[in-house]
Amino acid sequence: MLPLLRHARYVLSENPVTGLAFGLFAMFLLAAILGPVLAPYSPLQSNAAMTLKPPSAEHWFGTDQLGRDIFSRVLVATRLDLTIAFASVILAFMLGALSGVAAGYFGGWTDRVVGRLADTIMAFPLFVLAMGIVAALGNEVINIVIATAIINFPLYARVARAEANVRREAGFIEAARLSGNGEARVLLGHVLPNIMPIMMVQMSLTMGYAILNAAGLSFIGLGVRPPDAEWGIMVAEGANFIQSGEWWIALFPGAALMLAVFCFNLLGDGLRDIIDPRMRT
Amino acid sequence: MSALLDIGALAKRFDVGGKRLLFAVDEVSFTIGRGETVGLVGESGCGKSTLVRLINRLLDPTSGSIGLGGTDLAAFKASAFAANPNRARIQMVFQDAGDSLNPRYTAADAIADPVRRLKKMSGTDLKRRVEALADMTGLPRELLSRFPHQLSGGQKARVGIARAIAVEPELLILDEPTAALDVSVQVVILQLLQQLKRELGMSYLFVSHDLNVVRLLCDRVLVMYLGKIVEEGPAAEVFADPRHPYTRALISAIPQADPEKRVGRLRLGGEPRSPIDPDPTVCRFYGRCPQGEPRCSSEMPLLRTAGPARQVACHFA
Amino acid sequence: MTAVPALAVEDLSVEFRTRSGTVKVLERVAFEVDKGETVALVGESGSGKSVTAFAVMGILDAAGKVTSGRAMFGGCDLLALSEHDLAEQRGRELSMIFQNPRTALNPIRRVGQQIADVLVRHGGATRPDAPRAAVEMLKKVRIPDPERRAEAYPFELSGGMCQRIMIAIALACRPALLIADEPTTGLDVTTQAVIMDLIGELAHESGMATIFITHDLALAAEYCDRIVVMHAGHIVEMAPGLELFAHPRHPYSAKLLAATPGETASLAEMASIPGGLPDLRRPDLPPCRYSARCERRTDECVTKPLPHRAVGERHVVACWNPL
Repeated sequence: MLPLLRHARYVLSENPVTGLAFGLFAMFLLAAILGPVLAPYSPLQSNAAMTLKPPSAEHWFGTDQLGRDIFSRVLVATRLDLTIAFASVILAFMLGALSGVAAGYFGGWTDRVVGRLADTIMAFPLFVLAMGIVAALGNEVINIVIATAIINFPLYARVARAEANVRREAGFIEAARLSGNGEARVLLGHVLPNIMPIMMVQMSLTMGYAILNAAGLSFIGLGVRPPDAEWGIMVAEGANFIQSGEWWIALFPGAALMLAVFCFNLLGDGLRDIIDPRMRT
Repeated sequence: MSALLDIGALAKRFDVGGKRLLFAVDEVSFTIGRGETVGLVGESGCGKSTLVRLINRLLDPTSGSIGLGGTDLAAFKASAFAANPNRARIQMVFQDAGDSLNPRYTAADAIADPVRRLKKMSGTDLKRRVEALADMTGLPRELLSRFPHQLSGGQKARVGIARAIAVEPELLILDEPTAALDVSVQVVILQLLQQLKRELGMSYLFVSHDLNVVRLLCDRVLVMYLGKIVEEGPAAEVFADPRHPYTRALISAIPQADPEKRVGRLRLGGEPRSPIDPDPTVCRFYGRCPQGEPRCSSEMPLLRTAGPARQVACHFA
Repeated sequence: MTAVPALAVEDLSVEFRTRSGTVKVLERVAFEVDKGETVALVGESGSGKSVTAFAVMGILDAAGKVTSGRAMFGGCDLLALSEHDLAEQRGRELSMIFQNPRTALNPIRRVGQQIADVLVRHGGATRPDAPRAAVEMLKKVRIPDPERRAEAYPFELSGGMCQRIMIAIALACRPALLIADEPTTGLDVTTQAVIMDLIGELAHESGMATIFITHDLALAAEYCDRIVVMHAGHIVEMAPGLELFAHPRHPYSAKLLAATPGETASLAEMASIPGGLPDLRRPDLPPCRYSARCERRTDECVTKPLPHRAVGERHVVACWNPL
């Protein structure tokens, strides 16, 4: 563990941007965990007297049309958005990476089946597919997670398959078989660990996308419903007020969204550098 | 010397589409005795890699037998062989040590893997065994926690060897184990291999491009060409007096500094015949052979005795 | 022997900037190649033989820097030329072939086209004429059925054939100097013999000078006029092949010979070379970089700069205590 931490510190010191990404991520995590505790106001508390107030000392991000404190809502929404992001990515990874690795390693029918499945998914415009899945399964957060995982499946499967295919011929795979590792063990214990660095980058990119997806779905009324606080819904509601001049309702949740996606993208590269032993001198 | 390995008419034919078959290994038979080092030489496309993979059971043969101390290993499927109790009896040292080590495994992990899987050791027993193997192969214990990219070529070679001998195999296949190493490191590794063979009582199948190394290390040598064995005999004799024209061409091509020692140069023109659906009545070397006669294109020469312990597959040897 | 050598490398030093320090990869390397001569640069990994070639060709890695020296070729210093001028020389007067022929060729262009490209760029051929000239080159490197092969992609050809294509590309414009970086490593020994013969013949025919980089001493001795032995960025000995094998004067050369299979009768007689390469990042390296591993080390070796002693006909050794 210690060499890993030492290496992590080295990577962070070499690349300040990565350090920034980690810092931001830590901030988001804190907001997710402690959000409800730290929020100055209750996110659901409406206050008829304080509707549509611009940012001020009492309300850092202003209030929305129901007088709710936008800062509190943005803060508390972090938990929901991050949960959706993590859950989608982990599900997508499990479905996609495992089938991809199997397809790449075994070839033959496994490859054909996984390939056709991925092709079918990709035949649809992905967002429309997500809409369809959520609409069919019901307006629950869990279904946003499932929909996101499904539309990301081809991407993971394809990357995993390509990586597994390359490594299939590698000497160490043959050596693993000579060492008494059965097919399953070779796949899980030898091939999979080697594709993790690339998967890390993939996962962090899809985290950003998952949040955007959830935001997009709530924007059009699927998935998360009011009065729950979620960045996408807040942007949707805020959009109605931009023309009349109340810019802060949409801007702050939108900025949070943007920052989160930015952070996750940068995170991926940094994580890969830390995890890949070849980066260690 | 009783035979440890007995290969009987081993063949592997690959389907290359359109009902055409690629004869990678074509009715190969030979034995390896206990404690013997047999060299396997031949150029790219001769089928040595396929033969090696058949013997170490990573690949299933089309036909033939692979007898190891009485048990026919060809009876077991390659895909299930990892769980077979015979798995530990044949191991291999790979050509490119860097490629044969998992980049995410430390040296210790790599060496421990077969011991864990095949000898079911764990915990302190396992640790002690890994350390003992490192000592045996001259790998400093501090290097056990390193990853392959942090090791030099010679060190990686030692890890590969330690892993291969970890389960005390009876037959060790060495596939160009020193090809990627500098000469000075090569000497050390070859001497190590020689020493380990004596200490652990193994037999070696030594596959190599480098004929000089084969001459140094091997008791007997097999020469392969396009899936067939064309010559076989004690190493010193085959090098001093090659009988098959291909062997002669091979040996005459070895770079030699002293012009006086240069054997009459036999330059091979053209390309090898196609291994796909070869004509069973035509000698595989016909066309490139300086000696080709009509008989060569109508009757396939078989391996026959051409002296004590010598076999050659040529009508004119 | 002749008036002006084809290539004269003088006092060449190269450094590499790395994360862990500056590595003095080459130090004051100097040698000459006469017209029509084949010189082998021989050494183990880390000896600097490839870096020397890359420096002369101007294709050093971005982290590498030539800190001193000249490479006099055709009257001008290659190391002082601009990238544009150097690009004019490369392919026309100065050519290189590499290890791993299949990967050195463009995988998505037919081999005939690749030869034609060079002919058009440097050889003054016109686009319509170039394909025919390319087929002529293929005949020259003895590729059977050249018209058909010209249409092939590299992946369709064997390693030996790809190497011949590379030779065809390199020699298309009849350069004055060819640098061959381990061109036969990885090829079968019979193919190696044929390729080496081919390079030798073509070189002889056009009076081309050749620098041949290899780790195989015997190969160098058989096909080259002179051998330059390198160790840790220094030239330690230069001699004609047979002379080096019969009378190696530098302790490292002798040890290298003793470690070469084929020169000894049995494995037990062979000896490896004790110690390892010195760390070339250190600022306090002794003048002789072999001294730490040398049993013949004297005080002069660690204090005085490396000498260059003539010990025979074209035989030079960089040692204070030669054998």
